[in-house]
Amino acid sequence: MTQPYETVIGLEIHAQLTTNTKIFCGCSTEFGKTPNSQTCPVCLGLPGALPVLNRQVVEFAIKTGLATNCQIAPRSIFARKNYFYPDLPKGYQISQFELPVCEHGWQDIELEGGESKRIGITRIHMEEDAGKLIHGDTPEALGTSLVDLNRACTPLLEIVSEPDMRSADEAISYLKKIHQIVVYLGVCNGNLEEGSFRCDANVSVRPYGQAELGTRAELKNINSFRFIKEAIEHEVERQIDLIESGGKVVQETRLFDSNTGMTRSMRGKEEAHDYRYFPDPDLVPLVIDDSWIDAVRSSLPELPDAKRKRFIEKLGLPEYDAEVLASDRLLANYFDACVTHAKEAKACANWIMGEVLRKLKETDTLIGEVPISPVMLAELLDRIADNTISGKIGKTVFEKMWQTGRGADELIESEGLKQVTDTGAIETLVDEVIAANPDQVAEYLGGKDKLIGFFVGKVMQASQGKANPGMVNQLLIKRLKGN
Amino acid sequence: MKITRAEVEHVGRLARLALSEDELNALTGEMDAILNYVEQLNELNTDGIVPTAHAVPVENAFRPDEVKPGFTPEQALSNAPDAAQSAFRVPRVIE
Repeated sequence: MTQPYETVIGLEIHAQLTTNTKIFCGCSTEFGKTPNSQTCPVCLGLPGALPVLNRQVVEFAIKTGLATNCQIAPRSIFARKNYFYPDLPKGYQISQFELPVCEHGWQDIELEGGESKRIGITRIHMEEDAGKLIHGDTPEALGTSLVDLNRACTPLLEIVSEPDMRSADEAISYLKKIHQIVVYLGVCNGNLEEGSFRCDANVSVRPYGQAELGTRAELKNINSFRFIKEAIEHEVERQIDLIESGGKVVQETRLFDSNTGMTRSMRGKEEAHDYRYFPDPDLVPLVIDDSWIDAVRSSLPELPDAKRKRFIEKLGLPEYDAEVLASDRLLANYFDACVTHAKEAKACANWIMGEVLRKLKETDTLIGEVPISPVMLAELLDRIADNTISGKIGKTVFEKMWQTGRGADELIESEGLKQVTDTGAIETLVDEVIAANPDQVAEYLGGKDKLIGFFVGKVMQASQGKANPGMVNQLLIKRLKGN
Repeated sequence: MKITRAEVEHVGRLARLALSEDELNALTGEMDAILNYVEQLNELNTDGIVPTAHAVPVENAFRPDEVKPGFTPEQALSNAPDAAQSAFRVPRVIE
């Protein structure tokens, strides 16, 4: 089927901030506590309680804004967004409407084939989260909803993109970039399952060539990268089918159901869209001067895109390696530390992506807890590079280092693993192997060149892996041909 | 008229107020009078004046990111009309 429709997607990302306390009160934001054990008059919305802004939230907002190329507003204000829902004790959510803290940003994404595309970021604003509703099935909860207000008033950043994405893949790519950035910055733990990083997608379709946007549906309730793709793709299909069969898309909120892979209309919320925003008289305007912005700017870590670029351009890594190593801040730091001490960047990349990541997975260890420090790994790699040990023995040494926490040089010495590069010693082994395998020698001389591998294996075995494989190969050929 | 009866009805519904016919009529008149009063501001030239977000000229009231003791679940729920499993209990809200 030809596709006469163009998909248009904009994303609203909610990132829960990693502050110790809520945005307007001193209650803890810790996840998974007894319901309603982290509340106070402010976050319960009791009469007379006065919200006071958590300074760390502003700091995190500026950080995120700078990292996504936004302009930081010199003056911004908080507004009340009015609606009724049992998870919202005050009857309004404190958010920002006019004058958000960050505006006019962008983030580049890579498309298939290496091209890059710039996705506009309309705004980033600070707001409080609502509580959590539990629709229990226990006899005493049947037909009711239970309200836990521990999460109420937890700080969120809402990151709103322009409708710049044209496929589910572009949306995922952008979402992953933003996810990586907020986790790198340490402003959000990025946990999708716990709802610390959530995404609503505004999806519409329009005939190719039409400038005006189609009517959009807002998809909510999507908590994994895979589901976002599924939800968008299903929604695009639904809208096209609807238009093709003579119907019209209505602007509405739709819930994604991960069990069926479908979206369904969330009716009854239409009237609630009249939010009657107005400036919150409980909160004073927020003024951010240049010296504050500069201070935050100087505290920014190197961001994933810049890191990836440096790995490719300065260290000569292939794109794939750079991508893997830059994807996680701690992993990238480990690699960086290793590279400064080792001779070869590519060897560091290979070993970290190979042995280190494999071992982490096997032992369920985090990169921050690796028993082999980057300096120790660099030492091991240098011993391989200068032929003190072979790559194969290197893996044995790596294993022992992981178990004992001892250094490579020390282990090579005490275990006698040093590579044999003494011609005489290797020649002796070569001669032994040749003498012990007359049949194979005859076959080899009869033209079966492949058998050289068999001889090398035998000699290496005889040397307990310590002979230099290059020298073994050379000496074998010399001896066999000269026989 | 600055406001219609239908608009008053709509605003009333958003505020979850059950308004009688008499109340709707009376409120339409009252709200119209309020809007007419505020309308006087339009006589002034406000070009170049930043909209007031707060009545007091104060800015940047902050709190450090430090945990302060709050309520126990029992205290939090003490005024709740209904509670179960350490949570406020309300009629089921999702379809």
